[in-house]
Amino acid sequence: MDNHSKHIVPYKTYLIILASLIVLTILSILITEIELGEYSTAGALIFASVKTFLVLSYFMHLKFDNLILKIFVGLVIAVFVAVVVITFMDYIHR
Amino acid sequence: MENQVHIQAHDHYDHEGSKLGMWLFIFTEFLLFGGLFITYAVYKYMNPVAFHMAAEELSVTVGAINTVILLVSSATIAMSISAMQYNDVKLTKRLLLATILLAIVFLVNKYFEWGAKISHGIYPGSEQLMEVSRGELLFYGLYFFMTGLHALHIIIGVVFIAVVYFKVANGTVHAERYVLLENSGLYWHLVDAIWIFLFPLFYLIT
Amino acid sequence: MAEPTINLEQSFYEVKNYKSPILNWILSTDHKRIGLLYLYSIMTFFVVGALLGLAMKLELIAPGKTIMEAQTYNAAFTFHGIIMIFLIIIPGLPAVFGNFLLPIMIGAKDVAFPKLNLLSWWIYVLGAIVALLSQVMGDGPPDTGWTFYAPYSFKTTSTVLPALIGAFILGFSSILTGLNFIVTIHRMRAPGMTWLKMPLFPWTLYATAWIQLLATPVVGITLLMVIAEKMFQIGFFDPALGGDPILFQHLFWIYSHPAVYIMILPAMGVISEVIPTFCQKTIFGYKAIIASTLLIAFVGYFVWGHHMYTAGMSDTALWLFSLLTFLVAIPSAIKIFNWIATLYKGSINLEIPLYWALGFLFLFMIGGLTGLVLGSVATDVYVHDTSFVVAHFHFVMFGGTGTGFFAALHYWFPKMYGKSYDNTWAKVGFWGFIIGFMMLYMPMFTLGMQGMPRRYFDYLEQFHGGNILSSFGAIILIASLAIVIINLVTSAKRGKKAPKNPWDGITLEWQVDSPPTLENFETIPVVEKGPYDYKK
Repeated sequence: MDNHSKHIVPYKTYLIILASLIVLTILSILITEIELGEYSTAGALIFASVKTFLVLSYFMHLKFDNLILKIFVGLVIAVFVAVVVITFMDYIHR
Repeated sequence: MENQVHIQAHDHYDHEGSKLGMWLFIFTEFLLFGGLFITYAVYKYMNPVAFHMAAEELSVTVGAINTVILLVSSATIAMSISAMQYNDVKLTKRLLLATILLAIVFLVNKYFEWGAKISHGIYPGSEQLMEVSRGELLFYGLYFFMTGLHALHIIIGVVFIAVVYFKVANGTVHAERYVLLENSGLYWHLVDAIWIFLFPLFYLIT
Repeated sequence: MAEPTINLEQSFYEVKNYKSPILNWILSTDHKRIGLLYLYSIMTFFVVGALLGLAMKLELIAPGKTIMEAQTYNAAFTFHGIIMIFLIIIPGLPAVFGNFLLPIMIGAKDVAFPKLNLLSWWIYVLGAIVALLSQVMGDGPPDTGWTFYAPYSFKTTSTVLPALIGAFILGFSSILTGLNFIVTIHRMRAPGMTWLKMPLFPWTLYATAWIQLLATPVVGITLLMVIAEKMFQIGFFDPALGGDPILFQHLFWIYSHPAVYIMILPAMGVISEVIPTFCQKTIFGYKAIIASTLLIAFVGYFVWGHHMYTAGMSDTALWLFSLLTFLVAIPSAIKIFNWIATLYKGSINLEIPLYWALGFLFLFMIGGLTGLVLGSVATDVYVHDTSFVVAHFHFVMFGGTGTGFFAALHYWFPKMYGKSYDNTWAKVGFWGFIIGFMMLYMPMFTLGMQGMPRRYFDYLEQFHGGNILSSFGAIILIASLAIVIINLVTSAKRGKKAPKNPWDGITLEWQVDSPPTLENFETIPVVEKGPYDYKK
């Protein structure tokens, strides 16, 4: 039951991911420079989410990990999002 | 060892189990910051203009530099795990050292950033903050609290990685038993991921 | 690595790593000793908390000042709440019985991280000490109630800070216990014990552990924000600083409502163990119980707003939370029907643990049904902040979790101590408990409907009759609890030796010695049957 697969991620993969993360950072700065009004926060958050997805999948090895861990991470994020949505059910309808 | 984890109660090493434990801990950290993100979201919703104005005061350049520093440090510690798996102890140690150094640079940056704010009279409870709009006051409160708590996590991370460094150096953490290294990496990526959200929320919402 | 010079055939009580008997306890990483450490700490606090409750009831025996001033009364209900919630029922069943029995029930030698387990207990003690400091430091004990509602919690001159910090620390103990249990259940089940062959007490501990893990950090950060607001004037919840006090209530209940399920789910697990054993019959709807357990844990995460109907939330939030609250009642009802259906045509052996389990069903049902009165917005507005609410949650928490705790204690006592207790005294204690309990809390429902507010040390003459009844109930209840506890303590010392399996249970803990050996099993068992297969 304990044969954890020793999946070795090559250095190059990490460097590619790092480069993409930096590019995404620059893009997120550029997009908020444009006057998008209320959408600029949304835009910045979408970039942040993509970046976090890359960090989770590659740096944190989730892509190569057990299915159960992926499910856990998904569920925890879903629970948190649900809590935020329900909290806002109060604030946006006040 | 592999198929009889429970029998060896005195020398219990369970790679998957330890990693699962670390992930569970990361979930708690995520929700710890989650409470703050909810607070931020609610107050930004209630004070959109004030948050916009207050964010103008923060330097995007400093924030962006710190973002890149953390991203690079995340990559170095991730690579150190591969190095360990290739049994390249020397490179592992170098990469860990690089991670620690980058973390310290981050903290120094943060120190100067905070210092500049404080010298301008912007700190929790300051007279100047009592005069600005309540929304801006909330923004700065969240700014100091969230980045402060994040900085505390950086410090804990540095200590954690330093411990792993010494364990790699004295051979307790090696190519067959490197879960501690992997866990320190997971923790560090969490700290990075939180910053990935803090950066746009405080610096980019202008 | 303490290499075994230890004899693995003697009971874990005989294992001594240190000369000092105290060090043998407080430095032990054995899950059984840690479970007992929690038991002793929790029972100590329980005595204090129960006596505080009695004092409050004596104050309310007549209108006006009886035995204490208003401020003392405010401090008493705050302290009673902090002790009972943070120090007793939140850690309660998982920390005591989970620690002692979880590894045995799933066929493991210990939890996944024994050192972390010991650390959890130490953090618990540290948190308790810090919380208790609030009673002796500064300008008088806190008077905010256990909920620390903003903005009063940073306006009051009483010493709230240590209580907040203590509760924050206690949260970590809870988180680490939960983390440990999840990993233990995932990684250390005996060969053959698939998820659907695992007994129900471990299942409820699993669901509980997830709530501990995911909800506790939210209250942790909330308390930390109040601490920061008090100490550094960072604006979070104070309207004067732009904050929204209702947000505090949101964040507080995002944890504290799921915390209710941290308290009750393990009790439901205990009942699911006790009933099949004393009916010698497989549990009705094993999978339904598991599903409802997970569903309670999940839906329970989204119902926090029903504590805030009168706080000033939007109407949309009101009906949404009310709907979700009614949804969460469904899985609880499923369980009740499952337990009753298990009793049906079982060969019932009416022993003390079953008394307590049936007491649980009875009291918990009253608590659950009155909960629906509070879950519906219209009726809640009417009885909000009256003694109706107090009666409701004491039925659920004390009548539910408390009774479940005593059921567990009487059920596993022979396993934990290897001794039998006195049945006559146990029965006297049980009946006294039920009678005292009903006398104490039933009148509070009526008083609440008539409009008696909670958290007041005084009341109008028209409420006098009900309060007298209630206060005498409290005296009977405390006396019966004393009988129960004294009976168990003396039996642990001088009771007759108990057989290995006094109740003919078939879960794994009944297959090991009483008390168990250090590593529980000589060889790890291979599980082939379901946990409640009595026929085969």
